[in-house]
Amino acid sequence: MSAALRPDLAAIAEMIPAGGRVLDVGCGDGALLEHLSLTKGVDGRGIELSQQNVNACVARGLPVMQGDADTDLVEYPDAAFDVAILSQTIQSTRSPRDVLGHLLRIGRRTVISLPNFGHWRVRASLAVHGRMPRTLALNYQWYDTPNIHLCTIADFVALANATGATIERALALDEKGRSRAMRAEAWGPNFLANGAIFLLRGR
Amino acid sequence: MAELPKFLRPVTVPDADVGHAITFDAALALDCGKTLGPLTVAYMTYGTLNPARSNAVLICHALTLDQFVASAHPITGKPGWWDIMVGPGKPIDTNRFFVICANVLGGCMGTTGPAEICAATGRPYGLDFPLVTIRDMVRAQALLLDALGIDKLMSVIGGSMGGMQVLQWAASYPERVVSAVPIACAARHSAQNISFHEVGRQAIMADPDWKGGTYQLHGTQPAKGLAVARMAAHITYLSEMALQRKFGRSLQDREQISFGFGPDFQIESYLHHQGISFVDRFDANSYLYITRAMDYFDLAAEQGGTLAEAFRGAKTRFCIISFTSDWLFPTAENKHVAHALNATAATVSFVEIATDRGHDAFLLDEPEMFATVRGFLNSVAASVGA
Repeated sequence: MSAALRPDLAAIAEMIPAGGRVLDVGCGDGALLEHLSLTKGVDGRGIELSQQNVNACVARGLPVMQGDADTDLVEYPDAAFDVAILSQTIQSTRSPRDVLGHLLRIGRRTVISLPNFGHWRVRASLAVHGRMPRTLALNYQWYDTPNIHLCTIADFVALANATGATIERALALDEKGRSRAMRAEAWGPNFLANGAIFLLRGR
Repeated sequence: MAELPKFLRPVTVPDADVGHAITFDAALALDCGKTLGPLTVAYMTYGTLNPARSNAVLICHALTLDQFVASAHPITGKPGWWDIMVGPGKPIDTNRFFVICANVLGGCMGTTGPAEICAATGRPYGLDFPLVTIRDMVRAQALLLDALGIDKLMSVIGGSMGGMQVLQWAASYPERVVSAVPIACAARHSAQNISFHEVGRQAIMADPDWKGGTYQLHGTQPAKGLAVARMAAHITYLSEMALQRKFGRSLQDREQISFGFGPDFQIESYLHHQGISFVDRFDANSYLYITRAMDYFDLAAEQGGTLAEAFRGAKTRFCIISFTSDWLFPTAENKHVAHALNATAATVSFVEIATDRGHDAFLLDEPEMFATVRGFLNSVAASVGA
């Protein structure tokens, strides 16, 4: 196999059942899909915006659609995939609620990972400097960031509840992408975790 | 026949080199209900078929192109129309793959078409040639592959009308097509595209030299009509941006406008050149027939209106490519095919190349397209051991 999978992607991979059909929305260069295909015999599909990443996927023999989560998910039929994955992407969609709704519809399960804007450093940065926070994971100025819909873990849990989704598992991510189980509703991870991964089931 | 002035010569130069050709005596049943035979298919090959016969790549050509995909054109002397894509070390690598390209049914470079002599009458077919479809073109190519002893194609690749043939191949012979690369095409011809074709056909038929399609018998050719058809069509192959960038309002060999109808602007002169050079290498009746075949193409209609049905159960791996500035076969049309394939759980990739060069981008130096095709073919070749 090629280079080791990023730890947050490895944590996602661990949630995927062997032999299933997987849609990875915002699949990047296809590292996760290739890993799932090689280690779990998964039939994987990707959606990706960047030309360079799309070509990387095609060269890996991965089926990938160059496109956009905001506009293209509507084309997929209900329950077409065992798992739909949205990794570190929901914060850059125009309509996170619609995107989440489509993922819950398309996948029997949905895995979402996201950066946590409720992390204490983010809160402190805004409180102390009075400027929009910049972090290692979210290193953009407010005016040029692609992350137009940042949220905290608590915000996302509220959205998941509002859409009627069930949170089956929740993992907190540290600054190196290492994961540990968390209680989704707990106060602690929303203050201390750099990000989170959720395994959701639609209604 | 006496030597004719160059641009009045029937363009299917009877003695032009057409590469290889195979004649099939059995009549081919066509979609229109008629049969056609005997039938000749002219073709070129590049590279070597491997002992396992697993490295064959069929290239399907567009409306006015032909089998000379990677070698000099026998009439114009110009390099192969896709020699930027096909050749030793190129994305479609003839050091590794056996590339076949056949002149389409109805064409005018050696495959049976309206300019050829009908065996029954001893005269050129002209308008007695039956209407052929994209599916008929693919049937003729399948006959050729049978004759060459090639059961499976590692890939079928083509742009524009070539892409239509690629889709038809995957729909008609899914078990023979390991992978398919339809580029800048659609599963049906749009009303706008039919419109442009009709303008071209009317221009040809309005030329007095067309003579109801019997111009060969009169030693003439509707050169003006065909040139106008080509000029109108050529605009659709470009983009507004590319025209503006290449020509703008630049004047042709003059300092100021002439207050006349000569070619003041460079773009006019360019289009004239496109039209005039086209009539030297293309037959007007062929143009009528092939544009009609494209107009009739509607893959979903064969399946009761549901495109996904055309590909149900397909094992073929697809890589669909579109170009951002292509308004003849826009991204939405290409993506429509990709989504139909997705709906059948087919293995499909869709790539949209950013370029301002319009539909013709598929014939030009587009590095991202080359990277896509090279990467895709490498992965397919690895999966079939080619």
